[in-house]
Amino acid sequence: MIATADLRAHQIARDFPLLRQPTSRGKRLAYLDSAATSQKPQAVIDALVHYYTHDNANIHRGVYELAERATDAFEEARAKVASFINAAEPAEIVWTRNTTEAINLVSFTWGLANLGRGDAIVCSQLEHHSNLVPWQLLAAKTGAELRFIGVDGDGLHMLDDLDAKLRNVKLVALSHVSNTLGTIAPLDSIVPRAHAAGALVLVDGAQSVPHFPVDVRALDVDFFAASGHKMCGPTGIGFLYAKRRLLETMPPFLTGGDMIREVGYETSSFNEIPWKFEAGTSNVAAAIALGAAVDYLASVGMDWVADHERRLTAYALRRLAAFEPRGLVIYGPPRTVDRSGVISFNFADIHAHDLASILDTEGVCVRAGHHCTMPLMEKMGWPATARASFYLYNTEEDVDQLAFALEKAATIFRL
Amino acid sequence: MDDFYKEYILDHYRNPRNFGQLESPDATFEDLNPLCGDRIRFDLSVGPDGRVSDVRFSGKGCAISQASASMLSESLKGATLAEVARLGQDSVLENVGIGISPARMKCAMLGLKVAKSAALGTLARWPDEEGAEPQST
Repeated sequence: MIATADLRAHQIARDFPLLRQPTSRGKRLAYLDSAATSQKPQAVIDALVHYYTHDNANIHRGVYELAERATDAFEEARAKVASFINAAEPAEIVWTRNTTEAINLVSFTWGLANLGRGDAIVCSQLEHHSNLVPWQLLAAKTGAELRFIGVDGDGLHMLDDLDAKLRNVKLVALSHVSNTLGTIAPLDSIVPRAHAAGALVLVDGAQSVPHFPVDVRALDVDFFAASGHKMCGPTGIGFLYAKRRLLETMPPFLTGGDMIREVGYETSSFNEIPWKFEAGTSNVAAAIALGAAVDYLASVGMDWVADHERRLTAYALRRLAAFEPRGLVIYGPPRTVDRSGVISFNFADIHAHDLASILDTEGVCVRAGHHCTMPLMEKMGWPATARASFYLYNTEEDVDQLAFALEKAATIFRL
Repeated sequence: MDDFYKEYILDHYRNPRNFGQLESPDATFEDLNPLCGDRIRFDLSVGPDGRVSDVRFSGKGCAISQASASMLSESLKGATLAEVARLGQDSVLENVGIGISPARMKCAMLGLKVAKSAALGTLARWPDEEGAEPQST
């Protein structure tokens, strides 16, 4: 069974041309940094090339055939993303550059219009900076208070005092999956209680929607943000999902072309949703290619992706555990059901950057550092960690290569 | 890059020389590399002859940043602050040898940047960027 799944991952890996490219030292590439950005399948690269070769025109205002084709492809991609996360309609998907911009959109529009002194925003202690800094600035501007759901030493959310945290709360903003520890947030427990307390819920889905099936209506979240480049799509495109009634009442974000209905010298009226939030020419090619990425993921099947990553993570945890007698420490939830395909670790007294440099000489790409979660690292007392993260194209061979490279690091540092 | 982790580098990493802080330094500076969070502080004492009489460094980070700072600390005694401020990247590269990848050059240069900043009394430029054309913005 495991062998069959791994065989399928080997077949999938062939769809990703970059993975066939050896390193400058002639090593096979073991790309274990998909939490930072994913590699792209040929279908997505082809979609970009096809658009610029055959369909490029500015969208929405052109009356000629070419512009209509570009517009149709752009809006079709929006519909694909809406369907992928089970939004009620494509109009609930706003294109942004990335997750960060999507979260900032909510902060600058809904946030500034709705928050004030006496209100609270609740995050968790493991937020990526992208789901923390916008709320810090919003709190400073509005006088709202920023509170945090604590996490324990394993990076699991502590919900004992949640009701106290939710007093006067207007917004709960949480990472669906921690990019540092892989922790899957217990949204089933938190969302109903947040709503009961009168709050809206924003979920940073940058690390979830690429890796397992996400249904925004089943989750009953109000805002959901994600990045295309972490889900096999190109850089420069992401999206914000928000419920229609919210988008309709939110003021615009960036202003200018395309987001207007009628403009006079003194005043303007604004376009319908979602275009009200898409000022200027969007990254049309990237949006269309993200549509191709969603098609690709759907054809593989997100249930399979999730199962494969769970198996591979369990295998990697076993291989890494073999180094524990020599000082390797694995962080994050001990049970694989609580975590996604992200493993942070340190190896004895080898600094994570030195470890990543040595692994790199064996063709193994891992992240090292604070992973844009500096408060979490400070709280846990880790100056830095190394992080391996998995995706649908990773195989046991990649994990074996990581283990081989760790042996080399142990030899160099005489562990 | 793996050639870089020689015995004496690991020795300086695990047993840093002049590690600690001075009680009342004549010059001190602390900075971090925002890319990786490595942090180094240099404390310098200056004798009546105007030359560095004592030096300590402290901080945390990777083997490259800590070993580079440790080796640099051994070469500062006897220099004037003006001489420390003028040190170039070679003063580190001569110690740590060749083979540092571009991605890790800042790790090697952090200690020198901080020592120069202490001598200057203000934040110094990255030593590996000195002499480069100023970036137009």
